[in-house]
Amino acid sequence: MIPEIGYAATVAALLLALYGALAAAAGAGTGRPALVQSSERAAIGVVVLVTCCLLLLVYAFLTFDFSVRYVAINTNRGTPFYYRITALWGALEGSIILWTWMLSLYTLIVVVQYRRRQPEFYPWALAVMLGIAAFFLLVMTIPAPPFERLAPVPADGRGLNPLLEDTGMITHPVALYLGFTGFTVPFAFALAALFTGRVGDEWITITRRWTIIAWYFLSLGLLIGGWWSYHVLGWGGYWAWDPVENAAFMPWLTGTAFLHSVMIQERRRMLKLWNLTLIILTFSLTIFGTFLTRSGIIGSVHAFTQGSIGQFFLGFLALVLLGSFSALAWRLERLKAQGELDSIVSRESVFLLNNLFLVAAAFTVFFGTVFPLIAEAVRGTKLSVGAPFFNLVNIPIFLGLLLLMGLGPLIAWRRASAENLKRNFLKPIVTGIVAALILRLLGVGNVLVLLCMGLVVFVSGTMVVDFSRAVRARRRAGRSWLGTAGGLLLQQNRRYGGFVVHLGVLVVALGVAGSQAWSIHTETTLEKGQSVALAGYTVRFDGLAASEESNHSKVTGAFTVTNGRPLGVLHPAKKFYPQEQSPIAAVDYRLGLTEDLYLVLGDYAQDGSHATIKIQVNRMVSWLWIGGLVLTLGAALAILPDRRKLV
Amino acid sequence: MNRRVLRWGIPLAAVPVLLLLGYGFRTDPREIPSPLIGKPATPFSLKTFDGEPISLEALRGRVVVVNFWASWCYPACYEEAPLLAQASDAYRGRDVTFVGIDIQDKEEAARKFLTQFNFTFPNAPDPLGRVSVDYGVYGVPETFFIDRAGRIRWKHVGALTEDVLRQRIDLLLAERA
Repeated sequence: MIPEIGYAATVAALLLALYGALAAAAGAGTGRPALVQSSERAAIGVVVLVTCCLLLLVYAFLTFDFSVRYVAINTNRGTPFYYRITALWGALEGSIILWTWMLSLYTLIVVVQYRRRQPEFYPWALAVMLGIAAFFLLVMTIPAPPFERLAPVPADGRGLNPLLEDTGMITHPVALYLGFTGFTVPFAFALAALFTGRVGDEWITITRRWTIIAWYFLSLGLLIGGWWSYHVLGWGGYWAWDPVENAAFMPWLTGTAFLHSVMIQERRRMLKLWNLTLIILTFSLTIFGTFLTRSGIIGSVHAFTQGSIGQFFLGFLALVLLGSFSALAWRLERLKAQGELDSIVSRESVFLLNNLFLVAAAFTVFFGTVFPLIAEAVRGTKLSVGAPFFNLVNIPIFLGLLLLMGLGPLIAWRRASAENLKRNFLKPIVTGIVAALILRLLGVGNVLVLLCMGLVVFVSGTMVVDFSRAVRARRRAGRSWLGTAGGLLLQQNRRYGGFVVHLGVLVVALGVAGSQAWSIHTETTLEKGQSVALAGYTVRFDGLAASEESNHSKVTGAFTVTNGRPLGVLHPAKKFYPQEQSPIAAVDYRLGLTEDLYLVLGDYAQDGSHATIKIQVNRMVSWLWIGGLVLTLGAALAILPDRRKLV
Repeated sequence: MNRRVLRWGIPLAAVPVLLLLGYGFRTDPREIPSPLIGKPATPFSLKTFDGEPISLEALRGRVVVVNFWASWCYPACYEEAPLLAQASDAYRGRDVTFVGIDIQDKEEAARKFLTQFNFTFPNAPDPLGRVSVDYGVYGVPETFFIDRAGRIRWKHVGALTEDVLRQRIDLLLAERA
């Protein structure tokens, strides 16, 4: 009975969303508020129905209702309790429900927030958001129905993909989808601006915080994805330029560009066309990402289901791109810039360059990702584009972005004088160069690492210069330095939230540079009791133990680790799931601030007499997670309401 | 630039990208040409679920369809199983032998699968996974078509369709050893 109710709720929600989208558009076009109100009620209905679908599917998972195909494929009686809930988004159909549900929640918030405040934009934005929701509900109805029945009903399910049995997989998709769907709000208001012809700054002011929220979640999702890749997949890395990773990274890049370029429009009335283009691209890339990962047109280490869903997403992508760019072209005359670029040496031009670099990075990632398709279409050859290409083109771009990150926040608007440049940048530049020289003398030979670290010091220098100057200027008699600094952070939370985000990016940059340049590894076969040494660590193989878990069996190795003093015993393992053909490695590691020791169990003798072990000493990887934390804290600070306006 | 050109040009700029993505549906990134095509099939000898020995060597001169499956492989193996059962009956008396190889499975579940689909052709477990490694099996189901001279001539990844099955067998049967 549950599946039938779920399916009925899906269809009802689809009809409501379609009706709501049309009613809101008609209401906006004819200026009849009654239609818009009716559409609001439809939006509330959609939220309620989609929430029902979500809960019904959770219920089916918790009660092991294997008559539902999706439940039978993604869980079995051995699946632990929490993973029975998160198995909901363990595959396509449930992920689409989660996506639709989040989108409907965002729509509800938009209704609550803007119903009274934005009579011009709001109905159009509501129409767009309900239209998008209708598309996802259509996907839930036809190509990816989560409540499809399975007959005959199997006695037990197939089980969740074992790689997804991890806490990272509980949070990663949620954060990522909150980011993806979050960009729907600025996109909807951008389209509303185009439809109404009011293409000034209003839509940007309305959606500014939405954009930061979406960006915050997307960043968080990417970071958790990297952490999952690092501690679950057992290859020792956190980023592989796999198409699926690229799919999430591209909207992040254009979204980051958008976050910066809107500041130019707010301040200088420039880049109207560009900002609309960026948000259209960012939203399209979130759809493209889903298309890429679910259509199966590009090979990926992520094995996803295929079906007609790819065609649906491509059709929708075509509609989004052609529709929004037609609207853009239609309003072209109104999009002329009111401000002009006065000088190349100005904050405007630094921001422009930043945008250029970010979009170039997004383009190279896009190009590398679809290149196998181009090659097959043109030359008929099968090939894949690997990390070397992406690293080669992206490293210079990201180094350039670091440089701009130092210049942008401090350089003067319009035209920077020589005095301005000297006052702001002389000390940081000297510090950066000196730091690079010292590192060189300390034996750092890698030019890219030197460049990266020198730039990081330079950017940090500019922040210190700016922040200490601001604190000095505001510090009143009797107030402590720390109190003033804290007040400044909260009062100008948008500016200094941005600074904290930049600080996080710097820490991440150090982590990337250090881990890429200095990590080492070895692979060897050890007899029981034998040891191997790597980078000051000694690893001794003590034996193997077999065990049965609720849904898999497991062979665990014991390796005693010392580096002069005892560090304990690590237990890398291999897990054997009946539904998987190859065993899953469970890595074990010791995380540290400067380096992680990371063990992966390879082949072994059944009698436990010898085992192959891969030992990695990964340097500075923790900086990625620390930097990521700083970055998301900064974004959170920037999301807080603007204090200056509240006063 | 001319305003009219822009008006059409901006939206139409998206078309080539869309066409390229559409082209993607005509390709299959998983379909990597197997290096084994045209090479002699590695011999194997296994013991079937009925306890009979089966070896590839002994089938030289006949067309052999080697199908790798598993009882947990839902839905693909369950989709193609009726086709295999049907085809092995339809080709009875012709120079073709079907061999099923069950990999990474539990015996009880595998036997249940065999009974469910009424397989009459030999099916054997590959307990050490040697055969599937020799044949570079990446996932189940995969099916290899071996000609009378003992060479692998075609590899099919994923569930078989009736067309593929008949076409490949008929082509190989038409060849004289």
